[in-house]
Formats: sequence, C-alpha cells, structure tokens
Amino acid sequence: MGLLGGAVRLWAALVVVAVVASCGQPPPEQEGARRGGGTTVAEATGGETTAEETTVSEPLTPGEGNLIVYSGRTEDLVGPLMEQFEERSGIDVRVRYGDTAELAATILEEGENSPADLFFAQDPGALGALAEEGRLRPLPRDILGRVSERFRSPEGLWVGTSGRARVVAYNTEELDPSELPESIYGFTDPEWEGRIGWAPTNGSFQAFVTALRVLEGEERARAWLEGIQANDPSVYPDNSSIVQAVGAGEVDVGFVNHYYVFRAIEEQGEDFPARNYFLKNGDPGALVLAAGTGILDTAENPEAAREFIRYLLSEEAQQYFADETYEYPLIEGVEPAEGLPPLSEIESPRIDLSDLSDLEGTLELLRETGVL
Amino acid sequence: MAAGRAAAGRRAVRERPPAALLLPALLVAAAMLLPPAYLAIRAFERGWGEVEEVLLDPETLAVLGRSALLAGTVTAAAVAVAVPLAWLTVRTDLPGRRGWAVLAALPLVIPSYVGGFVLVSALGPRGMLQGALEPLGVERLPEVYGFPGAALALTLFTYPYVLLTARSALRGMDPALEEASRNLGRGPWETFFRVTLPQMRPGIAAGAILVALYALSDFGAVSLLQYDTFSREIYIQYRSAFDRTPAAILGLMLVALTAAILALEGRTRGRAAYHRSSAGATRPPAVARLGRWRWPALLFCGSVVALALAAPVGVLLFWLVRGLLGGESLQPLWAAAANSVLAASLAAAVTALGALPVAALSVRHPGPVAGFVERLAYLGYALPGIALALSLVFFGANYAPVLYQTLAMLVFAYAVHFMPQAVGATRSALLQVKPSVEEAARSLGRGRAATLATVSVPLAAPGILAGAALVFLTTLKELPATLLLSPTGFETLATRIWSATSDAFFARAAAPALLLIAISAIPMYLLTIRERVR
Repeated sequence: MGLLGGAVRLWAALVVVAVVASCGQPPPEQEGARRGGGTTVAEATGGETTAEETTVSEPLTPGEGNLIVYSGRTEDLVGPLMEQFEERSGIDVRVRYGDTAELAATILEEGENSPADLFFAQDPGALGALAEEGRLRPLPRDILGRVSERFRSPEGLWVGTSGRARVVAYNTEELDPSELPESIYGFTDPEWEGRIGWAPTNGSFQAFVTALRVLEGEERARAWLEGIQANDPSVYPDNSSIVQAVGAGEVDVGFVNHYYVFRAIEEQGEDFPARNYFLKNGDPGALVLAAGTGILDTAENPEAAREFIRYLLSEEAQQYFADETYEYPLIEGVEPAEGLPPLSEIESPRIDLSDLSDLEGTLELLRETGVL
Repeated sequence: MAAGRAAAGRRAVRERPPAALLLPALLVAAAMLLPPAYLAIRAFERGWGEVEEVLLDPETLAVLGRSALLAGTVTAAAVAVAVPLAWLTVRTDLPGRRGWAVLAALPLVIPSYVGGFVLVSALGPRGMLQGALEPLGVERLPEVYGFPGAALALTLFTYPYVLLTARSALRGMDPALEEASRNLGRGPWETFFRVTLPQMRPGIAAGAILVALYALSDFGAVSLLQYDTFSREIYIQYRSAFDRTPAAILGLMLVALTAAILALEGRTRGRAAYHRSSAGATRPPAVARLGRWRWPALLFCGSVVALALAAPVGVLLFWLVRGLLGGESLQPLWAAAANSVLAASLAAAVTALGALPVAALSVRHPGPVAGFVERLAYLGYALPGIALALSLVFFGANYAPVLYQTLAMLVFAYAVHFMPQAVGATRSALLQVKPSVEEAARSLGRGRAATLATVSVPLAAPGILAGAALVFLTTLKELPATLLLSPTGFETLATRIWSATSDAFFARAAAPALLLIAISAIPMYLLTIRERVR
C-alpha cells in the first residue's frame, strides 16, 4: 500500500487532532455566543444589571427543557442574547442559524417532525407565510401587550422584536440632504438616471413595495417601479452591498434599511461617506418594518419559548438591540441608539405590518414591470 | 493508439457485473435519486396546470438560455486556463512547478459569495483598482457587472476542477505513446495535440462537466455580479415567495438541462482506451525543457494565481487589517475549523468510497445499467444548493427522523451533493488501469471484488485521492446543507463567513476565510509532494 502511504496517514493524523480539538471544545452554541463582537449583553447595557432585572420572569429549573430556535438572524447579531437568556433562565438554548426564508421553507418541509420550538425571523413576511400554513400557535396576551399593534399579527400569532426603518442611503461627497426629494416618487425624475442602487430580491424592499401598493394603489405602485426602471438603477443582491456601493460612489443613493450605514461606519470609521436620509410626510419610503418571532405549532417546549420571547421584549434585550444592532426598540421606555431619530419622529406611513401579507401580488408586479 | 484499440476490442467481451459491485452502485444511485424525486413531488403537488404555466413562460426559457450561455463560456474558459497549467506543472521544468500546482488549485475553496464580493470590491466601477488609478485620471472603470463579470468570477473559481483532473490524467498517462509519436518524426506540438491531448480527454471532460454544472448551480457570484441565471430565479422563488412549487418546477427543468448536457458528453466519449499499452513498469514521462519559454510560462502561471488567489487573499487581508485597526478583536476559530475539517474529511472518505463501485461499473462493465447509474450521480449537481438541501430536509425529517440533523446526515448530504466530483476523477483514473493486470490477478485466484480492492484501487489511487481532495475542498465551503442539516449549533468556517458577510461585517469574515484557504492548502500540498515519491 505504498501509494496510499505517507500523505494519507499524515492527513488521518490531522483529522484525529481536529476531532480531539472539537471534542475538547465547549458546546458550540456557548462558545459562539461568547463572541459576536466581543460584547456581552451586560456590557451593552452598561453593566447595570440589577438583581431585579435578572428575574425577568420565573426562572425555570435547568434541564427542565431545552429550547430549539431557528434563527434567521445571524449569530453575530443575536448570539449574545441567546447566551444571556440561557444564563438568566437556566433554559438550554440550541440555535440553528440560517437565512430567514430558507429556514421558513425548512420548517414547512419538516412538517410535524420539526424539532424547532421557535422561529426568529428577519422580517414579518416569513412569519406570515408560516402563520398562513397554520404552523404558528397563539401568543399569550402579556407578550402581545408589550408591543404596539403596528408590529404584531392581528391574530396574535407573531410579535415584532425590533424595528428597522426604510431609508435612502446617500453619498455625502456627492449630495447634500437638501438635494434629496421628500417623497420616494422624487427619484423617478430623470435627474436620478444611473445614480440609484436597489435590491429587488430583498425581503425588506419587497415589503416596501407591498406597502406602496396598499397605500398608493396598484397603478401608482406600478408607475413608481417603471419610473425607477427608466432611470436604469444598479441591481444589488442585498442592503449591505448597496451601502458599500453608495460609500464607494458607485451609485449616489440606495434604498435600504437604516442600520447598515451604522455598521459600515463602525467598521470603516466616521469618514465612511454614506449617511441615512428619512423620507417625509408619511411617505411609503419611510416604512418601519420589524424582525419578529413566533412559536411553532409543533413546539415541544412552548413554555420555554414564551420565556424566550418575554426575554426578547425585556428592557435588557431591547437595549441590546438599540446599542448593538442599531435597531429600534419596540417597547416603551427604551431609547434608540444615538444619531437615530426616535420612532415617533419618523414620518412613517400609517400601516400595520400585518397589512403587508400579499407578497404574491408584489412578486407578480415586480415581474410584470421587469424588475425581477 | 493501435495498442489501445486492440485492448478496447478485448473489453467488448462483456462480463455480467458481479453483485459485489452492482449492489453498492445501485445503493448509491438510489441515494442520488432523492433530490430529483423530492422536486417531482413538490412540482406536481398542484397538478399539471402550474407546471405548464412555468414551462411555457417565455421568460423562463430566456433565463435558461442565459444560464446555458454562461455555463458554456465558463467551461471553455476554464479548460483554456487549466490545460496549459496542468501541462506546465506536470510535464515541464517550470521553476517551482509543485508550488504553482498547489497555489493554482486553491481558488477552488474560495466561496463564490466571497469571490464575487472580492471581485466587485477590486474591479467594480469605483473599486480598489479604480482607486489606484485615480491619480491617472480614471474616474470610473468599465462595468464589471453582467455577463463578463459573472463569467470571469466563475472561471477564476472553477478552473481548478479541470486543473486537478487534467493533472492526474497527465500523470497516469503511458509515456510510450508520446515517445512513439516523437520517434516517428512528429514534432513536440503535433505530439501534444495528436497524442497527449486526446489521452487527457477523459480527465479534462471529468473536470469540464463539473465546471459546467457548477456554473449552472451557482447563486453567490451571479447575484453579486448582477447576472440573471436560472439558479438565481430558483433562489428568488424560495427566498421571496415562500412557495416551493414554482421553485421545484424550475429545479426539475435544471435537472432536465443537466441530463441533456450529460447525453451530449456521453456521445463524445467514444470507446478509446487510456491505459498503458506495454507491460513495463511505470516510469515518469520525459520532462519538456522550456528554455526561453520559461518566462512567458511563468508570467501565465503568475497572472492566473494573482487574479484567482492573490487578489482575493489581498482583499481579505485588507478587510482584516482595517477591522483590527478599527478595534475589532480576533475571535477564536478553532472549534469552527475543527468542525470544518472533520465534516469535510468524513465527506471526502464516504464520497470516494461511494464513487468507487459507480466508476468501476462504468469502466469495466459499460452498458445501459452502468451508464444510467453514472449519469444519475450527476443529475442533482446543477441544482442550487438550497434545493438539494431542502430535498434532504424533506426526506430526513419525515423518513429518517433519528438521523435528521446529525453529523451522519450532514455527511450523507455532502456525499449526495459532491458524488459526481469523486465519480469523475475515479472513473478517469480507472480508465488508465490496464485490464490485463486485473485479469492476471483473477487468473491467480483473486475474486472480482478482491481484485478491485487490492489491484485496481492502488493503481488508480492518484485519481481516487484527487477526487477525495475535490470533495474535501468543496465541502469546506458548502453552505445551504451545512446550515440546514448539521447538528444544531454545529459551527464551521463557512457558516462563520456567511454569518459575518450577510450582516456586512467584512472584517469578521476575513479571518475565517483566510483560515479556510490555509487549511485547504494542506491536502493540496500533500497530494503534490506525493508526486515526487512516485
């Protein structure tokens, strides 16, 4: 067996080392939660955790249940929260991270054998899809009551956990905010030709188009899409590529969620030349969306899942969202990050997230106009 | 080729495949049927009407055409890059040829969502290159977006498929044919095109078909480079509509296109023989002296490695340093790295083992059954990763709940996904094993299965190992199945990269991406130093 000799044996030895190393590690979810930017929840909230706050709710005895979460939000963002919840509640949390829509499809494929207790989604669209298939169970009133009606399902099947505003990111070297239109319709003007970036495949963008259809009517929504199309916009796969392109001066403006600019500044410094602009007068372009969560009908441990949602809506977790992910807290009494206008000052349209369920119609419109 | 033809004639006396070969091959085939079966279940869930609607949509066909064009272009370009590289690093006195061989294979592990992003940041209209040229008055570079960018990105990150298989074909080749050609008065170029290249054909084809199918399946690079392909359509369906039926219909169309490509490839195969014609011991072929040609050759290798490896590594290093200067701290990566190596090694071993009966059947017992089993292995390869992963979610959760979301299930998923890589490499290596060697073992009393295990496998080891290495490298970067089917909480380097890039934390993505490339260099290096021993 000379041919299968040295190299393969050496490799086998390396793999053994890898196995030993991986067994010697703490369970991945604990190890993972320790990172996430190196900030723990306690640090994020200024370390002012008092004894009262630690008893956010009745602590369950450890091992009583473990909670399986399918999270469409990444570990970099929500890992520290998972860790903190484990510590506070004694509930063992196991998280599967993935793309929101792909995890929703996974839950649908798994059917009644789904191991997941709770689904933590980027956007209400995925939660709505699960609700429609009867895969979510109603949440108790004390949870629903913490969040304004705008940000939860009218049937009480899911609840928003943090808010994100649709904004126009603009390049500060090319533009002054005073040059930007007050309405999203202003961007259909030919002066914006070749200067716009957008991401038609992005869930938040599609939610905005749905809002446009609901608020302005089918024809006006079509006119907007056609108007932007006529200006030959650059197509990006997601919000973060748009913000990078705006910062690089590849395009002058981009339609995105508000927090990407903050993250770019955090990583690339204050002189990153892109900032957010909020549209005015209840414009659909100033829509406020939410990430949210719901408990699965097949959950084996619904009580632990409810505890988890209560924790997500606690002051501590909401403060974490404000400080670490630059999102809007959705409960009373927690302020958003510095540099963000408070939710009440955004002139966002009057619309509930549950009114944005007609994704099918939006996709059809996007196809008909050649945007998708 | 006269000796080759005589041997081919002998093969025509067909033996019925032994059960020890047929049964495992059929078992592998059954596993490979899972993804298409799942797509069929979902596609026809609501009857024919919807299928017809999607099929007859002119837009669907236009996108399918665009995908086919991209796949064709990328395949041609990858072969054009890889074949000279393979020849230079195996058959010439190119300075540092082993080093070039290792470096030139590494772009394979750069995940396409990283590679595409790097290409945009480097070559975008206002990217790093433009920044460097700005003092010269360059305000904007020509568009990298669209077809040229997508084709360039995919070529740069897939040509190693052809490089690896072409190299192992060159190394397993009988030098006697080339020597005969030279002795008969043919020049070196003519010998290369009339003798060497045709002998490399199964190896090149094995790599080229992987490139073509990968180009059809890719989502990361094409979406970043803004080129609308069939796989992108499928992703859009899954991601925005939450409706799996149209996505499944599109997936089935992609399977049909794959079948057509395979049929085309099968027709070009012919019946030539590729094994050594003489009974002599293996010996290394003559080394071509490059002389003055050394410099252009070095320039060629250098440019390919610069574009496909040094540029991405450079951008990753830039992100890392910028992040570290900005106060980002390095996170421990050992657990993720160990998980990556463990899962990828298991996948490589299992896949190589599964590929063996399929390839042996196809080489030693060609016929309708062998052909069907081998083609089946490729059918799902052009599917975007998410469709493949969901099919195994469906079967795993509903029919094998005990295994669902265990390491065993994950390795199984990798094997189903990457089987064609191992089948192709193993098949072209087995083609180079002379049947008379096996016949000698048989006549000395070895059974057919024992002959395969003790004679053919060691002789075909370079190809089998190359196949396993391919599986290892591509498993390292695999994402959809890793996210959906791994044990809950199982973190790999690929999931770390994905987590960071999807939230635009580029500095955090850089360290795991660089580690991924470093880890892949180890098996490539081991495979290459082994050449010296031979």
